[in-house]
Amino acid sequence: MKFPSPPLPRALRRSPPKPGRDERRNGGRNGAPATKPTPKEQAVEGAASVVGWLDERTGTSPFLRGFLYRKVPKGTNWYYTLGSATMFAFLSQAVTGVFLAMYYEPDPSRAYESASRITNEVFLGEFVRGMHRWGSTVMIILIFLHMGRTFFFGAYKYPRELNWVIGVVLVVLTLMMGLTGYLLPFDQRSFWATVVAVNLNASGPIVGPYLADFLRVGSEFGPTTISRFYALHMLAVPGLIAALIGAHLYLVAKLGTTAPPWLKAEKKDLLREEV
Amino acid sequence: MADSPQKFDKQSRYTEGRGIAGAWEGETVTRRRLMEGTALAVGGIATMAFALPGLGFALGPLFEKTNPTLWQDVGAAGDFNDESYVPRVISIDPEIGDAGKTTVYVRQFNKDIDKVVTGQDPQPYVVISTRCAHLGCPVRYIQASQKFVCPCHGGVYDSQGKVQGGPPVRPLDRFYTRAETGRVLVGDRFSLNSQLERFSPRDPSNHLDGLWQYIYPSRPTT
Repeated sequence: MKFPSPPLPRALRRSPPKPGRDERRNGGRNGAPATKPTPKEQAVEGAASVVGWLDERTGTSPFLRGFLYRKVPKGTNWYYTLGSATMFAFLSQAVTGVFLAMYYEPDPSRAYESASRITNEVFLGEFVRGMHRWGSTVMIILIFLHMGRTFFFGAYKYPRELNWVIGVVLVVLTLMMGLTGYLLPFDQRSFWATVVAVNLNASGPIVGPYLADFLRVGSEFGPTTISRFYALHMLAVPGLIAALIGAHLYLVAKLGTTAPPWLKAEKKDLLREEV
Repeated sequence: MADSPQKFDKQSRYTEGRGIAGAWEGETVTRRRLMEGTALAVGGIATMAFALPGLGFALGPLFEKTNPTLWQDVGAAGDFNDESYVPRVISIDPEIGDAGKTTVYVRQFNKDIDKVVTGQDPQPYVVISTRCAHLGCPVRYIQASQKFVCPCHGGVYDSQGKVQGGPPVRPLDRFYTRAETGRVLVGDRFSLNSQLERFSPRDPSNHLDGLWQYIYPSRPTT
């Protein structure tokens, strides 16, 4: 296994061994036996054998070849990266969310204090909370850009309709993440925004009032409302999102991507001659 | 003893033509089908055994009254008159401290201006909830114009709490009251339609008039 050499200036590069002086291949000077491999070579060899051991038993590399090195149509461009960008925004939210959960306390009397402690006292707390707070907006912007790309490129058409449906469910779940996360800082804005959002749910006919009762855990905002929003925000909805991202990616790999609509199908010369 | 080969050569009427190996005459369910069905049934029962209690656990609060009736003292009878509102703070949910508190506007029942609905005993005091009937923002009483005004989406109510403008769908809610030994007690919430007839408490945004009222049922939690 050989790594490409770093782009060093010529003066710093090591000159290649002169012919006949390669000690490992030809033995040492004056017919001395070949030297042992260096520790670096041993380390590279060891790592390669571990990867090989895993690959032989899991079949990872054929899977990755099919998944990552599949053919894409002509004209594939940067707009096709919006889906991956959304997924990485979700991963960023997941990771920062897990760390925020280590300091946050979902209790009406402790929520605001613990959230402000994250911002004001915990090392890098302001940064991680900021990433989570602004990352949520970034994810919503990216998912709608991705949806717009799919729509305007006609990529929702046969045979990809089911992937469009899964994507729409993912949009709704992402918005639910925004709604359930908004309550958690538990300041005046998040409290009243949640009151309004829950009553919006209550305005649905027949099931609306029950949905509102489910979200509030009762007819009024109560002691377990925050816990319920917290459980939905960090367990139920992200679990569904992760599972549906898996299904979404499986279908992308299985069905392939579409060419941009401005590319016409190439006509065969033969066909043109026969007309 | 080995089975005769003929036994398996015969095709079942039910399994004929389905390419199922080992099916014999008269067999309706093959061993393979039976095992499939058993495995699926056992898996299904095991899943339901944890999923149904879990679901019931999450949905349980929908079917019980979660807020017990509290009769809260809001002041002496002399603190209130029958013309103008006096603001008081009551606790909707004492367990969550300040977040469970809300302002109410209190005045005495006035037989000249307050409507008495036949069959519904009038409350000794009129206690208006500040929860807007649009989406639940806190309304404020403006003495100069004698109107309740909501800051969120511009709902306006007259001094009886009836809708005068904006998006609210019904009058402001009220609370049951008691006058006991010179004190005024405030109890449960109730909702009103545009004729000020009393209903069990509904969420903001739920209509109580005309055909609309039937798509917003009263719930077990209230």
